[in-house]
Order: sequence, then C-alpha cells, then structure tokens
Amino acid sequence: MASDPSLLAGPSPDGPASGGLSGEKTAGGSGFGRYLRGRLTGSVASLVLVYLSSFFIFRVLGGDPLQAIAKDRRMTPEERAALREQLGLDQPLLAQFGKYTADVFSGNFGTSYQYRRPVMELVLERLSATVLLTGTALVLSVAVGLWVGARAGWRHGSRLDRAHVGVSLTLWSAPTFWLGMIVIMIFARQFGLFPVGGMVSHNVGPGLLAETLDVAHHLVLPAITMTAVIYAQYVLVMRSSILDEIGHDYLTTARAKGLRDDLVRRRHAIPNALLPTVTLVFLQLGGVISGAIVTETIFSWPGLGRMVFESIGFRDFPVLQTTFVLFSAAVIVANMCADIAYWFLDPRVRKA
Amino acid sequence: MSEPGLSARGLRVEFGLPGGRTARAVDSVNIRVAPGEVVALAGESGCGKTTLARALLGLERPTAGAISYDGTPLRYSTRALKAYRRSVQLVLQDPTGALNPRHTVYDAVAEGLRIHRIADNESDRVATALSHAGLRPAEKFFLAYPHELSGGQRQRVVIAGALVLDPKIIIADEPVASLDASVRGEILALLLRLRDEFGLGALVVTHDLGLAWSIADRIAVMYLGRIVEQGPAEQVLTDPQHPYTRALVSVLPDSPVPGPIVLSGEPPDATSIPAGCRFHPRCQVLASGAAEAAGVADQCRATPLPVLADDVGAGVSGDDPTRQVACHYAAAATRSEA
Repeated sequence: MASDPSLLAGPSPDGPASGGLSGEKTAGGSGFGRYLRGRLTGSVASLVLVYLSSFFIFRVLGGDPLQAIAKDRRMTPEERAALREQLGLDQPLLAQFGKYTADVFSGNFGTSYQYRRPVMELVLERLSATVLLTGTALVLSVAVGLWVGARAGWRHGSRLDRAHVGVSLTLWSAPTFWLGMIVIMIFARQFGLFPVGGMVSHNVGPGLLAETLDVAHHLVLPAITMTAVIYAQYVLVMRSSILDEIGHDYLTTARAKGLRDDLVRRRHAIPNALLPTVTLVFLQLGGVISGAIVTETIFSWPGLGRMVFESIGFRDFPVLQTTFVLFSAAVIVANMCADIAYWFLDPRVRKA
Repeated sequence: MSEPGLSARGLRVEFGLPGGRTARAVDSVNIRVAPGEVVALAGESGCGKTTLARALLGLERPTAGAISYDGTPLRYSTRALKAYRRSVQLVLQDPTGALNPRHTVYDAVAEGLRIHRIADNESDRVATALSHAGLRPAEKFFLAYPHELSGGQRQRVVIAGALVLDPKIIIADEPVASLDASVRGEILALLLRLRDEFGLGALVVTHDLGLAWSIADRIAVMYLGRIVEQGPAEQVLTDPQHPYTRALVSVLPDSPVPGPIVLSGEPPDATSIPAGCRFHPRCQVLASGAAEAAGVADQCRATPLPVLADDVGAGVSGDDPTRQVACHYAAAATRSEA
C-alpha cells in the first residue's frame, strides 16, 4: 500500500477540506436570512391567494343570503331591495371586492348577516372555546401517538405493534360524528358520567375553581373523541420514522459504545425520528384555530367550527370570508414556523 | 493474564429462519486478537465475517462457544457488556451512517465518555482522540456536523469516537470499503500508526485480500462460517495452501498463484452446509481430479475437517507463528512431503 509518509507523521492531513469547513461556518448567519426570506415570500404568496379565493369561493357557491335572512317572513320587493343595498349586495362583484379589501385593511371584517354583530367580535368570543378543545385534543393525541408509535416501531412486528396499529387505524377510519354519538350514548346517556354537550352548566356555583372544573367536565368527552380520531396519524408517522432510523449504523455504534437499548432508543432513535413529525404537529397546530367542525357540532361546543357550520347554511358571507382567511392564515403561519423550526432542529437543512 | 487480548473459542452463531430452518452464520470458530496485532478476517460477502465481528463485540449472542477478554469470559449482563465495551470498540464500514446526523463531532466523540461517566477533562480527551485520529487542530472540528465533513474525515471521527475510551482492541468492519481510493491509504495508515504508537490490537474484517496484505500481521480466511486457513499474512498470501485461499489470492495483481482461478457458483447458503469439506462443491482441486490422484477425494466429500485452533497468533509472545489449514488435500500433500 503506497501510503504517503507525511500522513503518518503530519498534522491535519485533511487541511484543505477543513479550511472549507470554517468558510461554511461563517456563511451560516446570512444563510438563515436567505432561508427565512424564501419561506416568508412563499407564505405571503399563499396568503394573497387565500385572500382572493376567500372572497370569490363563497359567491361561486351560489345561494342567496337574503333567503336565509328572511326565513319565513314575507318581504316586499322594496324591502328586499333596501336590505340588498344595505348589505352592499346590489353592487357589482368587483366593487364588492374593492369595498371588502378596503374594509379589511382598515381592520373591519364586516358584520355577520345572521348575528348582526361585527365578525371579529364573534370570532374572538369563540376562539378560546375552540383553542381549548382542539388544543387539548392535539396535545393528547401528539403525546399518546408519538409514545405509542415509538414503542410500536421499536418492536415492529410484535403483538404490541400490531395491536396498536390496528386500534389506531380503526379509530382513524371511524366517522367522527358516529364515534361522537356512541361516546355520548355510553358515557353521557347510559352512565351519566359526563354532560351531553355544551361547555358550561347554568347551575354552577360561583368561584374560579368550580367554573374551571365545570368546563373541564364538559371538555372530557369531545376532547377524547377528537383525540381518538386523530392520534393514529402520529402513531403511523412516528412508527415508520422509527423504522427508518432502526436500520442506521449509528444505533449500532452507540450500542457498541456501551449504551443500553432503551437509551439508544431515547437518545438516538426518537430524537431523529421526531423530525418528520414536526411538520405534522405544526400543520395540526394551524388546525387548532379552525377546530373540529364536526366534533364541535356534535357536542354543541360553542367554538368557531360550529359557527362556520351554521354560517354555511346561512350564506353568511362576512363570517365565512373572515374565518376562511383566518383558518388558512393559521395553517400557513404554522407551516412557516415548522420550516423555521427545522432550521434549528436539523443541521442538514442548513446546508441546503 | 494467560491470554492477553480478545479470543473466541468454539463460537457458533445460528439464526432461526421462517420455516424452521436454521442458518449457521458462524460455525465453530476459534480466533484471537492480541494487543498490538492487526488480524485481517477475509472472505466473500455472506461468509459470516460480519456476524463474527458482531458476536465478538457482544452485539450478537452466540448460540454456543465463549468469548473472553484477557482470559475473562464475556458475560451478557448489561453491566458486564458495558465494562467490556470500554476495552473493545467498533468501527463500521459506512461513516455516514455510523454517525448520528444531528450530533456534532464533539458530541459524537464525547458520547463514549458520557456513557461510561468519565467526566474529568472531557474536552481535553475529545481533542486528544480527534488529533490521534488525524483531525488537527481538533478544536476546529468540535462544532462541525457530519454532513460538513468529507468521507475520510467522517471515518476519522468514527475512529476518534472509538479511541476516546482508550480501547485495547478495535474491531473494524470493512473500514475503508465505502471510501475513495485516495482516502483509503490514509485511514489504513492511521490504523497502523495506532497499532505502533498505542499498541492497539485490531480485527479488520474485509473482503479485499489486497487490503489485508497491506495492513495485517495475521490473516484468517473464512468460508461459510468457518475459518479455513490462518497464519502470518506474509505466508498465507505468498504461499496459500487452501484451494479457496489460492483462488482468492490468484486474482490479486502480482499473485504468486498462477492464472486467475475463477470459482464456480455462488457460495452455498448457511442453512445447508455441505458434508465433508464445506468447500468441496466449488473446489477446483477436487474438480480437476488432483484430489482423486492424491487419494483424498472421498474424504473431501464425506469426512468433516477439524476446527482450526487459535493458538497461532503467538508472534507477540515470541513463539514461532504457525500456519493452519483445514483441507484434506493440503494435509495429504504435507504428509507425502514428510
């Protein structure tokens, strides 16, 4: 073997390459700026598209809000024309869009047709209820899903693995409304353990503690229903992600250095397997705002999802537009946060 | 210490396969690696050499046989394995996969220290290991991630991660197979330097006899789970006795064995090991009729060969290193010479 004698004695045999290394390091700072700019541009473009479609999509949907507002009441043509003018619906579509845009930029999201109140007020009122329900369900499903997925993947093919995947997939494929009704029938009707729906009781005693407990009591069934339906995605993503890592030699290296098997899993396999789940969690984080329309409807939960459901039937354009933009913006922002988080979590992204 | 270094006696590793069959990946192997000695374990892919390496590291539980280090048998309790792994370390083939992509060079090298709770002078120890592995100045590499390094640098990090625990033996599974030709020489030179400077022993698993030639003090040739020939590298490679070794040597440049000998067929699988000499279905000596002429052809087909002993690596203690061959034909030839 023709080995260069200078290699045996010489310092820094990979000198030139290590010189390049320090160069990369200094370029790291401006790299993040460029990365961030790229993500921001993409997000802003998506937001503009969402804004445009938010206005037109509900108008294309068809249906006349006046019919819903009038309900059974008979209206004279004059009354109809007056109402139409009052709501601005007599203007051409482009003029309506111009007014909508001007209003939005001045912070006015319009007035709901059905509630006759500013949309922003309605949204803010219901936001906390939705965030409470879907936030709880998200935290539960992420925690349960990742834990179960990591264990199932680590012992893939075992009975535990098959049982967990089977159960989570069954729940995932069960329709939410059906599962919700079964849960209500068993735990609320049959055993009377939890309230059938709503978020607060009317006859609750005064005091912060009593009120909190009351809300928590109402929260149990919808949160569990929602968790049961969505936790399967975390199980499956985490499981396959762990399976990807299991084949890697660095786990063998760690074992050969004397690390115990469960520590190999916790220190090496799980942190690396978590990366793909970050995207999923952040996407769902965006969904926390939009909530679960079906779950909220079944459990009469006073959140945004139920308001949207009712507004669709009513053709309540201002509410629909605003919530559409809000929900989409939440997902876009959450996705951008995921990209930014990746920069810090995965050193390989910094290279790209 | 009667037997310094790492040794395995009668080692067998079997895997149960679906359908109730059993694959005998390692079938009665005796091998020894003394400190300050580089032993090459050569053979085709699938002959069980990687399984043997994993078993020697305690990563695979042997079905039978015993591994001992400095005369103390290896036990498989968590604590005993952990202690054992301070002395015997692993270097894998692919440095890209062998390093956690999210750990910096410093973390990768310091991991061994943290596992074994060696807390004093951590950064000094890491720097020393890195510079022993040829990454200098070491501090410059501390915060680098594996993807920022070249293949050769990554393998040096892996080696530094093994060196940081001051092991006595390193088991390297194809340590240069995934590296560029230009970097191979550097990594091999590094292994030799570690042997000379620190008295490190190494078992280098390789399919490449040329590589074994350039670094090994001793060579063990493995075929279908068993060592068929072993001895000092010089002797095994200049005067191979076993037909299988002869075939492997014959394809090297400037080979002492005339003409390339091309073996017929794939190696038979470890679930059905042939009777007699396990090499006989592919043996060119048997096929050419030479074995018949020497009167051993029936033995080749029916009589099992004895397992080679491991007491050959005595070069360190000053005894005459001996050759060993598991072949009826070679044995007959030796007898007729005498």
